[in-house]
Amino acid sequence: MTILSAFDMGLVVLILGIGASTIAVREAFAAVIGFVVYGLLLSIAWVRLSAVDVALTEAAIGGGMTGMLMLGAVARLRLAKGNDVRASLPVRVVTGVLCALVAAGLAAAILSPPEAIPSLAPMVMENLAQSGLGNPVAGVLFVYRALDTLLEKVVLILALLGVWSLAPDSVWGGIPGLRVYAQPGSTLTFLAQLLPPVGIVVAIYLCWVGAKEPGGAFQGGTVLAAMWLLVMIAGLKSVPSISQRWLRLLLVVGPVIFLAIGLAGMVLANAFLAYPPGYAKPLIVAVEVALTLSIGVALGLLAAGPPERVQQQ
Amino acid sequence: MNLALDIFTVSAVSAGAFFFLAGTVGLLRFPDSLTRLHALTKVDNLGLGLVVLGLLPQANGPFSALKLVSIWLLVQLSGAIVTQLIAGVVRQHGSHE
Repeated sequence: MTILSAFDMGLVVLILGIGASTIAVREAFAAVIGFVVYGLLLSIAWVRLSAVDVALTEAAIGGGMTGMLMLGAVARLRLAKGNDVRASLPVRVVTGVLCALVAAGLAAAILSPPEAIPSLAPMVMENLAQSGLGNPVAGVLFVYRALDTLLEKVVLILALLGVWSLAPDSVWGGIPGLRVYAQPGSTLTFLAQLLPPVGIVVAIYLCWVGAKEPGGAFQGGTVLAAMWLLVMIAGLKSVPSISQRWLRLLLVVGPVIFLAIGLAGMVLANAFLAYPPGYAKPLIVAVEVALTLSIGVALGLLAAGPPERVQQQ
Repeated sequence: MNLALDIFTVSAVSAGAFFFLAGTVGLLRFPDSLTRLHALTKVDNLGLGLVVLGLLPQANGPFSALKLVSIWLLVQLSGAIVTQLIAGVVRQHGSHE
């Protein structure tokens, strides 16, 4: 036990140190690298708290995907160095004060917990068997809080629309400005040929196992997105223009199937997003599969950025 | 038998940890990017390899063992290729220091 608590304390010190250095460092690129390391350390902390689902999501989204988005932002800032404007002192002071207030509020909430912490966990575990799922996290996501999960996926598409709307009118519906490093015969090409089959199997496994053990649509979708981006960056497949019909269909197929099953629940199970008795698990797995595809495409396109050139006819 | 396996695990994982330590010292102390990359690849190949080898007897059945070995192979693959890419950039543009 003492070794484990020493490990935990070391982990906390590392997380705080990396967090502080991410804020303190002056260069944006170094700050992003610090942020990615911070995400990976946090996911180890989630494993230590026995929240493996959260750990997987943190590593995939918090460390990997967000890190990739921010690296893209750093690259864009470097290109647009001419308009490098430093925020004025009042703006920085107000930002600092607001951040400190949020941190103080969170700290107060964590340091003074109520006597008996309200928890619905026992009820979830009692009724989980009815859904046919083995993973309580999947049970909460798709049975008890299905509306939240549905809205979460819709928000992802809204975020993508936000990125797309940054494109000037002339290139609307064009090809995202992902930077491609196509050098035939390079090691990157080799990796982009070798890794995707493995990655796709891992993504399917993560999605499938999510019903029973830690995993699920978001983790699987992130791995899919990573494989797609790898193939596009290596230049093995061209970046598709965002007006492609198949692309838009894949983007909405997850939320649409989720919504359709939810609406069918109003007729078959007397409530929106309720599942007919006995069919909960197959329906949830179907929704997860569709969501994995949609999340993969949405994350890949988020990283690819706004359209920058028109498709050549 | 169990004791022998435990001793094997402890010694192999300790040897792996030693390579991680050596690799980290190399990363901090070596003079330029290419030699630092060299230190890091030793950590990936030998350090993680020994840790995985040590954990194999503790694995929960052949499938867990297979997963451990594939993690090692995937890290080897990505490590080797990322090292090549970084080294290529260093060769083209020179180190920043």
